[in-house]
Amino acid sequence: MQQFIFTFFNADIAARYWPDIVRSMGVTIMLSLAVVAAGLLLGLALAIVRAAQKRALVLLVVMFADIMRALPPLIIIIVLFFAFPYIDLAMSAFTATWLALTLVLAAYAEESIWAGIQSLPRGQSEAARSTGLSWWQSMLWVVLPQAMRLAVPPLTNRVISITKNTALGSVVALSEILNTAQAASSNAGSPTPLMLGAAAYLLIFIPVVLFARWLESRWRWKR
Amino acid sequence: MVTIRPRSRLYVNKIEAFQSFPFIIQRIINMQAAPILEIVGLHKSYDNNVVLRGIDLRVRPGQLVCVIGPSGSGKSTMLRCCNRLEEPTAGQIVVDGIQIMHPRVNLNEVRQRIGMVFQQFNLYPHLSALGNVMLALKKVQRHSQAEAEMRARKALQQVGLEHKADSYPGQLSGGQQQRVGIARAIALEPKVMLFDEPTSALDPELVGSVLQVMRALREAGMTMLVVTHEMAFARAVADRVVFMDGGSIVEEGPPEQIFGAPLHERTRAFVSRFAGHLSHAAAAA
Repeated sequence: MQQFIFTFFNADIAARYWPDIVRSMGVTIMLSLAVVAAGLLLGLALAIVRAAQKRALVLLVVMFADIMRALPPLIIIIVLFFAFPYIDLAMSAFTATWLALTLVLAAYAEESIWAGIQSLPRGQSEAARSTGLSWWQSMLWVVLPQAMRLAVPPLTNRVISITKNTALGSVVALSEILNTAQAASSNAGSPTPLMLGAAAYLLIFIPVVLFARWLESRWRWKR
Repeated sequence: MVTIRPRSRLYVNKIEAFQSFPFIIQRIINMQAAPILEIVGLHKSYDNNVVLRGIDLRVRPGQLVCVIGPSGSGKSTMLRCCNRLEEPTAGQIVVDGIQIMHPRVNLNEVRQRIGMVFQQFNLYPHLSALGNVMLALKKVQRHSQAEAEMRARKALQQVGLEHKADSYPGQLSGGQQQRVGIARAIALEPKVMLFDEPTSALDPELVGSVLQVMRALREAGMTMLVVTHEMAFARAVADRVVFMDGGSIVEEGPPEQIFGAPLHERTRAFVSRFAGHLSHAAAAA
């Protein structure tokens, strides 16, 4: 038992490496926020474009969503970081990870919001249009507020899983939590920093999960 | 000016009292007036399925015209062509002097003049009754928040639901929801109102309140085109009844003709199926 604690929860090693872990938490949090903001906005925009029912655009959106959902995010990160410099589009590890995860989240968000839009009765937009609202106005004031609420449960799950994928940034040497913890572990010859990393993830994501649960229960309309 | 009034159904009587003389004169004048809604040669088909085969119909200001007929006869499609929720295949439709089939017509502008009430109410579930009525007042007619709210409350009052302004659709009965639907349409002060089977989705005991509001609306001089299965209502209230079958108008005329002495065999057959139901409902009304 003592051996176990000495190996996994070594106070000396923890004391030595926790500032690094805290710093890496900052990177993970920044990256997650940037991914969620950009991914949800892009997903919303794509869902609106798809709802406009212009054939060529719909095809593009569907292709984008299907490809991004089919590819493992890890591959997208690797392609962006290692292959894009050859076409003069070099980017930092942070940018590559952010862009890859944003595109993946956007694809899923588009599907969820589109599903919400489609599940509304046709009568909703018909009623809106019959009072003289334009297509865009009925989208903005009638369709989207309802579609977004329907999309909240699938979206919160997706947001949580995609933000955990920030750990994939470790393959392009982004100093987020996992990478930092791993490096520290091999330096120290002890898994204790990895345990610190695990604690850091819990610290970030338990509030996120709780917030998601609160959001899901709150965003039902009154009956 | 705001007066506190008891939340009774008295408003119908008030409107009836208010109606009396000037409106009778108005109606006599309107009989000669140009139609406010005119449909000429309206055709509609989906692929190879012909739904409307040349509809001609005129509705004059202040008239209430009921459209009856078996399901699948094209009644609702015709109604939905009048504000182009359904795109006609051919034909002309003139509303309040505007050719709505004109390629450069501003549909959103015209639609404010054409109120529509739906079978399924189609209220916005995320907005309160007041919010439902206010939306187009604010976003389409660009009224200020205060002005929109005042107009919306007035419309809700007209349908007897001013005390339900803050309720959400899910908290209202079907009849109340449909009356909010009517308020949403009349708040924009349309020139003509289209009703697409407004009581068909209602429990029988809730039908009366909606029909009562429609009567009051008619007494207030609103022009109305009503697709309905409520034969007693059509007989009692309509100026004219139109019988449709198989995508055409088979017969139209005053209710006494359509229900009493139809000229056409198909009309006779359709109306006689409702005869038992009719006398029963008439007794109830």
